[in-house]
Amino acid sequence: MQSCKMKNTASAVQGDANSKVYVAPGKYDEYYNFVSGGFNGQVSVYGLPSGRLLKLIPVFSVFPENGYGYSEETKAMLNTTNGQIPWDDQHHLELSQTNGEQDGRWLFANANNTPRVARIDLSTFKTVEILQMPNSAGNHSSPFITENTEYVVAGTRFSVPLGTEDVPISSFKQNFHSTASFISVDKTSGNMALAFQMVLPGMNLDLSHAGKGPSHDWFFFSSYNTEQAYTLLEVNASQKDKDYIIAVNWKKAEEYAKAGKGKKVPAEYAHNTFDESKQLASSVIEHEVLLLDPKDCPDMIYMIPCPKSPHGCDLDPTGEYIVGSGKLAALIPVFSFSKMIKAIGDKQFEGDFQGIPIIKYEAALYGEVQKPGLGPLHTEFDGKGNAYTSMFLSSEVVKWSLKDLKVLDRAPTYYSVGHLMIPGGDTRKPGGKYLVAYNKITKDRFLPTGPELAQSAQLYDISGDKMQLLLDFPTIGEPHYAQALPASLIQGKQVKFYDINKNGNEFVTMGEKKANVVRKGNRVDVYMTAIRSHLVPDNIEGVFVGDDVYFHVTNLEQDWDIPHGFAIKNNPNAELLVMPGETVTLKFSPQKQGIYPFYCTDFCSALHQEMSGYLRVSPKGSNTPLKFGTGVVADTSAQK
Amino acid sequence: MKKLTKPGRISIVTAMLFLGTLWLFPMWRIDLRAPQYPGGLSMQIWLNDIKGDVPIINGLNHYIGMDEINKEDFREFIFLPIAMLLFILLGIPVLILKRKLYYYLWTAVFICIAAFSFYDFYMWEYNYGHHLDPHAPIQVPGMSYQPPLFGYKKLLNFEVLSQPDVGGWFYIGTGILLVSITIYEWKKKVI
Repeated sequence: MQSCKMKNTASAVQGDANSKVYVAPGKYDEYYNFVSGGFNGQVSVYGLPSGRLLKLIPVFSVFPENGYGYSEETKAMLNTTNGQIPWDDQHHLELSQTNGEQDGRWLFANANNTPRVARIDLSTFKTVEILQMPNSAGNHSSPFITENTEYVVAGTRFSVPLGTEDVPISSFKQNFHSTASFISVDKTSGNMALAFQMVLPGMNLDLSHAGKGPSHDWFFFSSYNTEQAYTLLEVNASQKDKDYIIAVNWKKAEEYAKAGKGKKVPAEYAHNTFDESKQLASSVIEHEVLLLDPKDCPDMIYMIPCPKSPHGCDLDPTGEYIVGSGKLAALIPVFSFSKMIKAIGDKQFEGDFQGIPIIKYEAALYGEVQKPGLGPLHTEFDGKGNAYTSMFLSSEVVKWSLKDLKVLDRAPTYYSVGHLMIPGGDTRKPGGKYLVAYNKITKDRFLPTGPELAQSAQLYDISGDKMQLLLDFPTIGEPHYAQALPASLIQGKQVKFYDINKNGNEFVTMGEKKANVVRKGNRVDVYMTAIRSHLVPDNIEGVFVGDDVYFHVTNLEQDWDIPHGFAIKNNPNAELLVMPGETVTLKFSPQKQGIYPFYCTDFCSALHQEMSGYLRVSPKGSNTPLKFGTGVVADTSAQK
Repeated sequence: MKKLTKPGRISIVTAMLFLGTLWLFPMWRIDLRAPQYPGGLSMQIWLNDIKGDVPIINGLNHYIGMDEINKEDFREFIFLPIAMLLFILLGIPVLILKRKLYYYLWTAVFICIAAFSFYDFYMWEYNYGHHLDPHAPIQVPGMSYQPPLFGYKKLLNFEVLSQPDVGGWFYIGTGILLVSITIYEWKKKVI
């Protein structure tokens, strides 16, 4: 028996929290919340304030559920210079912006493990482009964007040697580099291209954010391991009192790149695009990249000392304040952009880091938030002059004022918050109503499910002076950074189905009369249609062991929410989900003779169970004639 | 006096203009609603066309064995516009000659066309709802699917509402106008 008990977590919820997150049946959420999937390589979409899961968008990981990465049309999306990689670690998301405000066009996502950046179309919620990053490893400080989506950045978390040289790990200082890559984004098509890479000293780039308004031309990256350790980083990369915020003048870099100050070097990287008109992904291997060396490009990069291995590097909505969150520091430094510019003008430097000038800490410092909590990681803003910083160690969200750097409020998180997110909280116009904390540790928050638990997220109302905890909701994968936008921005432009008349897929079947089976050597192309509630053809004979059969399934429906699925027995491949008006291809290479049923896997109608057919696979070398059809009943006397 | 009154002459021009709307707006609309179609489905019948969610309605109707609705199958879409155009053109001599008798005849022609149109529409609906494919996957004994000529009806999981659209109201208005003026002209003659 104990006489005194410590405070219980349940007591943190008070008042009318339930009514604030209740979205009545048939009503919609106010916000779409795009949440990175971490180690599941996908992006999940939740509604806010309900916390309801709306969708899982496959991005960097194969998704057998709808055939992403398995269908012939999407395989190329996951192609890299090392072939198809079925998985990645997806950390950060950024919504496209115009004039520093969300424009609801695209969502960018990074892949940390095999460095890549993806673009998702917000009218289809489909991954439409993936660009691999050469000369990089651990693409962590990505995919942050400039105010008009001019560039998406990709920064190296794990420094590596450039090129393919075989060097000892211990030669880190001499041979290893981090790079900051700038990917240009086409204004209308959204197509990405690797514009240039800045070659930086060996260190770990962590997070980044672009400038806004007055700081529009600048990009800021946080760094750690400027000790340049290559083993036991836990200790060896935590020695120095300060690491750096790296300030990059990307406008200047752009000029240098145009003026030919860069060096074109060979580098292989994959560029995968999904062509909506052909409904086909293609992968191109690029062979060259433009490198910018800070030595040849004066006034392009500066470093600002920042205490203790900073993680977050966040700019307030005015673009004047740069908040560095030193994850091992006991304070939060806030830098002033105008002071930084003045310091550069006055040459207030305290030396250099491998040739890059270091601005004096005090010369760029606006002030420090004292005793904010333990383990500050990441900061977002509410547009009302307040900042909110996540505290991993003390497991809380801390609200503080940008004006006087005083702590205003604290709210506990359950447990150990990583990133936090305010809708538009990293843009010029935050929506200061909700804040979501994405926690790293779950423990007892939900019904236990064995040793592996869901991650927990928490929703807070931040419209008042005090933060109010509203809701706990489980998430999938391991969310890192997230984004949210008002539903009204994209709700009205959602594609409901594809116009079959605009279907440009090479293997489309325009109507049941065009259904066909064509043999060319051991390749068999099945031009199949799906409409409620039958497949044409649904009887196929004359296929042999060792053939490669391609089922090109065209969904002839032209109505909202009538997808058809397609799967075939014993196929060591995934299934397909074919949206109305779409054509998708599933490959099947039968290894054994037999009768293989196939069917629609997505419950489509009252006669869905009947939507099936048979493929007869005969032994190799037999003379079964090629025959196919639907609704043809054979004369029984002709059968053996 | 066998001459048309001024209101009578104005009514001729008005009727011609009213009927002109048939080329601008649909005549009739049939709306359907079911739980799985929250936004509803709608079909608009024009003087010479049938528009709206026809492909979706056709897709649904195949379950119960109803015929597909195809624009090409309606001879009405050819002769109705011609009939209406001729009727409108006939208004010109009636207007110029200003004879009451011609006005009465003109009205009679309209009533004939209107009566035939409604009869034809009803018969089409009857056939459409009763001629079912005997091999249809869903067969409900005793069930037919004739949409209402005017008003509301429940057909299996669908609620159906049939009513005039903009052009149809002008058409009905024309009929009321012609009949009213005919009565008016007739009474003027008596006095």
